[in-house]
Amino acid sequence: MQLARVIGDVVVTRKDESLTGITLLLVQPLTPDRQPAGRPLVAADAAGAGIGEEVFFVRGKEASFPFYPVEPPIDAGIVGIVDRWDLSDADR
Amino acid sequence: MLLAKIVGTVVATRKDPRLVSNKLLVVRPIDPRGKAEGGYLVALDTVDAGVGETVLVVSGSSARMASGMKDVPVDAAIVGIVDTIEVAD
Repeated sequence: MQLARVIGDVVVTRKDESLTGITLLLVQPLTPDRQPAGRPLVAADAAGAGIGEEVFFVRGKEASFPFYPVEPPIDAGIVGIVDRWDLSDADR
Repeated sequence: MLLAKIVGTVVATRKDPRLVSNKLLVVRPIDPRGKAEGGYLVALDTVDAGVGETVLVVSGSSARMASGMKDVPVDAAIVGIVDTIEVAD
C-alpha cells in the first residue's frame, strides 16, 4: 500500500458496466514527509474518502476486492483514510 | 488507473485468436491537467473510444476484468471515456 493525498476527482459517464456506482478519485502518492512521490493516478474509492484527505491505496487486482462479488476492472483503490502517521526520527 | 489520450490505432492481422474482434489503440498517458507525459502504450478498447478522446486505462491483470476480456492476453484496457477531471488547488 502507499500513502497518498486525494487531489481531485474524475467523471466518467461511458464506462465498463461494473464500474457503475464507484467513485473515481485522483490521488497523489506522498513520501512520509508529505512531498509528492511520482505521478498522480486515478483510484477507485472503497473508503468514502474526500478531496484533501490523506489515504492509503492498494495497487493491482487487489484493488477490486472491496467490491466483491463484483470484479470491476480497477488497478488502484483507496482502502483506508489515514488519521495520522508517525515516523521515528532516525528513519526520516 | 491512468489518464491517457488516444493518439492512434493499431492494425494487427496476425495475433492471438483471443484478440480477434478487439480494437487496439495507441494511448499516451497525461497528467490531470492534460499534459502528455511518458511513453506510448497499446491498449485494448472496451468502450468504443476514438482518437483524441481522454480515457481511463487499467493496467496489469486488472485489465482482464474488463467486460469481455476474460482470458484475453492483455495488460492494458480502456475502461472509460473521461468527461471531466477536477483538480483541487
